[in-house]
Amino acid sequence: MKNTEELFEYLATHFGEDLFTIEGGDIGEKWITIPAERLKEVAKFLRDDDSLLLDMLMCLSGVHYPDDNELGVTYHTHSTENSHKLTFKVRVSVDNPVVPSLESIWKTADWHEREAYDMFGIIFEGHPNHTRILCPDDWEGYPLRKDYVPQEFYQGITTRE
Amino acid sequence: MTTDTENTIGKREMTINMGPQHPSTHGVLRLELVLDGEIINKVTPFIGYLHRCFEKYAEEVKDYSKVIPYTDRMDYVSAINQEHGYVLGIERMLEIEVPDRVEHIRVIVAELQRIASHLLGIGAFGLDLGAFTPFLYCFTEREKILDIFERTTGARLLYNYMAVGGLMRDVHDDFKKDTTEFVKTFRPKIKELNDLLSYNEIFIKRTANIGVLPEKVAINYAASGPVLRGSGVKWDLRKNDPYSIYDRFDFDIPVGTGEVGTLGDCWDRYIVRVRELEQSLRIIEQAVEAMPDEGDVMEAIPKRIRPKEGELYVRTESPRGELGYYIISDKSANPFRIKARTPSFVHLSMLPAISTGALIADMVSIVGSIDIVLGEVDR
Amino acid sequence: MNLFANITSLPSILLHAAIPLTIILVYALVAIWGERKIAGFIQDRLGPMRVGGFHGWAQSIADLLKLIQKEDIIPTDASKFLFKFAPFMMFAASYAAFAVIPFSSGYIGSNINIGVFYLLAVTSLLTLSIIMAGWASNNKWSLLGGMRSAAQMVSYEVPTIATVLTVIVVTGSLNLMTVTEMQAGNDTLGFLPNWLILQNPFLIVAFIIFFISILAESHRVPFDLPESESELVAGYQTEYSGMRWAMFMLAEYADMLLLSLLGAVLFFGGWNSPFGEFMSGPTWGFFWFMLKGLLLVFVMMWIRWTLPRYRVDQLMHICWSILIPLSFINLVFVALWELIF
Repeated sequence: MKNTEELFEYLATHFGEDLFTIEGGDIGEKWITIPAERLKEVAKFLRDDDSLLLDMLMCLSGVHYPDDNELGVTYHTHSTENSHKLTFKVRVSVDNPVVPSLESIWKTADWHEREAYDMFGIIFEGHPNHTRILCPDDWEGYPLRKDYVPQEFYQGITTRE
Repeated sequence: MTTDTENTIGKREMTINMGPQHPSTHGVLRLELVLDGEIINKVTPFIGYLHRCFEKYAEEVKDYSKVIPYTDRMDYVSAINQEHGYVLGIERMLEIEVPDRVEHIRVIVAELQRIASHLLGIGAFGLDLGAFTPFLYCFTEREKILDIFERTTGARLLYNYMAVGGLMRDVHDDFKKDTTEFVKTFRPKIKELNDLLSYNEIFIKRTANIGVLPEKVAINYAASGPVLRGSGVKWDLRKNDPYSIYDRFDFDIPVGTGEVGTLGDCWDRYIVRVRELEQSLRIIEQAVEAMPDEGDVMEAIPKRIRPKEGELYVRTESPRGELGYYIISDKSANPFRIKARTPSFVHLSMLPAISTGALIADMVSIVGSIDIVLGEVDR
Repeated sequence: MNLFANITSLPSILLHAAIPLTIILVYALVAIWGERKIAGFIQDRLGPMRVGGFHGWAQSIADLLKLIQKEDIIPTDASKFLFKFAPFMMFAASYAAFAVIPFSSGYIGSNINIGVFYLLAVTSLLTLSIIMAGWASNNKWSLLGGMRSAAQMVSYEVPTIATVLTVIVVTGSLNLMTVTEMQAGNDTLGFLPNWLILQNPFLIVAFIIFFISILAESHRVPFDLPESESELVAGYQTEYSGMRWAMFMLAEYADMLLLSLLGAVLFFGGWNSPFGEFMSGPTWGFFWFMLKGLLLVFVMMWIRWTLPRYRVDQLMHICWSILIPLSFINLVFVALWELIF
C-alpha cells in the first residue's frame, strides 16, 4: 500500500527521474504528469506490474486550462489488490490535442474517452469508435471548453431564447 | 417502442432498434440490435437523450452550494446519495469537521434512500419479466420511505437536503420513531419478496445463466456496486474505503455465489440487491440508536465556500455503484471543473460485452439486472 | 319449448345464435371489470372505483364506448380485406364453438354426436386468424409476433387434444351433453359427486395438463410473451386500434371462457349440482355450470397476476418435451385404470 510519493519513486526507478513531475495544489491530492508519447507504455506498466496492479481505472476526465492554452486528461486509477491509488495527467496543446487511447488497457476508458472527445475535442488515437456520445453526431463545437459559444442554429432550430 | 428496419432483402441479419422509449422506468435509451433470427450478434447502446449539461452548469453557477440541487437530479431515484458524495468532497477540500449528529442523520437518510432505490430496481426488474405484482408491493414500501423523507426534508423525490458542512434543516420530532417503525414493518416484507419472486421457478429460468459477467472483465470495466458484487468480488466502498462514519457500524457485504446458475449472472446481481436491503436495515438501526439527540445541524456550515487551489476525487457507494466526483478548484467561488463519474455510465458500456449470444427476451433481463438510471448515464 | 328443439327454422336459428352471444358479451364486460378488480386486490390496491359509483362497475361500459368512437386506422399498404376480416374471424371461431357447450340440461345449441371434435376443429381457426392479422398488417414485427403466437397455439393444441382424449376414453362419447349426463348423481365414495375428475386419479393429472395447455392456448401469463408489453414486438395486434382491437380482446376473453367451460364439462360435471338432487334443475344447472367455468377463469386471472412470463423457447420446450409425452403416458394409464376397475 503506497501513497503517491512512494509510487512516484517506484516509477522513477523504472522509467527515469526526469520523465515525470509530481505536482499538487494547496489542498487535495497529488498527481503525476506524463508526456503523451509515453502514456500507453506507462499505463500498461501500471496495470501489469506486480507491486502496482492498478487494475481499475475509476475515472477519466477531460479538462480545459485556458490560461495555459492546453487541454488535459486526468486519470484516476486504483488497485483492488493493493488498495493504493494513483492519479496521473496528460497535457496537450489546444492546437494539436492528440492523446493515445487507453481503451485497450482499461475498458472503462472506452466511453469516458468518447465523452472527453465530445466535450473537449481531445482526439484519442487508436480508439475503435471515435464518435460523439452525449451530443448529437452533427453538433458543432466542444461544449465544456471555457470559450465555448453554442451554435446559433441546429438543424433549423434556434438554440438561443 | 419504435421499430426501424433497413432494407434487408437478401441479408440474413436484421438491424432493429429497441427504444428510445421504454415501458419500464429505465429511461430514454436506444439499443441497436443486430439480430440473426432471435439471437443477438451485436448490441450498440446510444445515449445522450437525457443530457442536461450538469458539468457546464456546475461551472457557471456562482457558488459551490448551488450545485447541490443539480446533483440530486442526476440519479433521481437515489438523490440523497448523490448529494452525500458531493458535500463530502467539498468538506474535504475545506477541511471542515462535521458534527456527529449531522453524520448520523446523513447515514440514516442515505441508507433509507438505498432501500428505496433497490426496491425500485427490484420491482422494475420483475415488471420487465412479466411479474406485475412484486412491482406494486415494492412501491408500497417505497411510499413509506418517501413519506418519511417528506416529513424530514419537505420533498418526496429531489430533496436538496444536505449542505456543505451540515444539513439544510433539522429532522422532524418523530424522526427516530418513524424510522424505527419502518424498520420493524419492512423486515418481514423482504421474506415476502423472496417467496414471491426471487426463488420462483419461472423467474430463475429467465435470469439464471444469462448475462454472465466474469470477474476479470468486471474489474477491467471498473464495474462497482451490486454489479461487481454479483460477480463474486467483495468490494464495497463503505468497507474498503470508508467515508463518513460507516466504519462505526457493523454490517455484511452480500456477494453473488452462483447459487442458482453461473457466478455473475442476472440472478446474482438481483439477489445481491435483495440481500443488501437487510444490511441497510441493520445500519439504520445502529445509527438511530447511536444518534446524539443534541446538536445544531447548521453550526458547521461555512458562510462562504472558497476552497484553496487544488483538486480531489471523492467516491462514495451509491445504490448503483461507485459514484465519484472529480472536483478542481481554482481559489474562486466558482468550481473550475466538476466531473461526475456515475456508475450507470460505466455499467452501460459493458452491455455489448455481456450480451452477445443472448436472445431478445434476454436483453430485457440483462438491462434490468444492471439497474441503470438514464439521468445518471447522461447527466 | 319447441323453439329449443333441433328445428332449423329461422327464428329458432336466431334464438340459438343470440343466447351464447348474449352470454359472451355480458361475460366479457363483467370479466374485464373483474380482471382489473382482481389485479388490484392482488396488488394491494383497489382497482376501478369511480365509474358508476360502487367499485366502478361501469368501467367496462365506459371503455367500450371509448373504443367505439376511436378513429379507424388502417396502414396504407396493408391488405385491406384481410386486415378487416381477421378480428371478426377470430371472434367467429370462439363464438361458433359455443354451439356445442351444454349450458344446462334444458338447453344446448346443437346436440351433435361429435361435439368435442367440432369444438377443437373450430377453435383452430383462431390460429389462422392470428396469422392473417400478422401478415395483413404489413409490419415485419406483427408478422413475426403473429407467427410466434401461431406456433405457440398449434403446439399447445396437442396436449389439449390428448387430455380431452383421455376423458373421451372414459366416457366413450364425443357428445358433450352425454358426457355431462354421465356425471349426474352422487355415488363416488358414497357421498361425493360423480364428476369425472373424482372417478379416476389419472384424470387429475390430465386436468392439470389441460389447464396449463389452455393457459397457453389463450395467451395468458405465464405464456403471453408474443403479446407482452415489455417485449420488443407488440405482437399481431400492433396495427389494430379502436373497435378492431376490441374485437381481438373480446375474442380472447371468449376463448378463455370457452376453454374454461370445456374444462368444467369434461372434468367437473358440467351443469350437475354438487349436492345431488338439492339445487338442481334446468335453471340451477345453468348457474352451477357458469359458476364452475367462472371459477376456472378466476384461477387463470389469479395466475396472471402472480407469475412472471416464460421465454418463447422455454415455452416450446415445456410443451414438446414435457407436456406432450406426459399427456400420452397419462392416456395409457387412464385406459388401464378403466380396464381394471
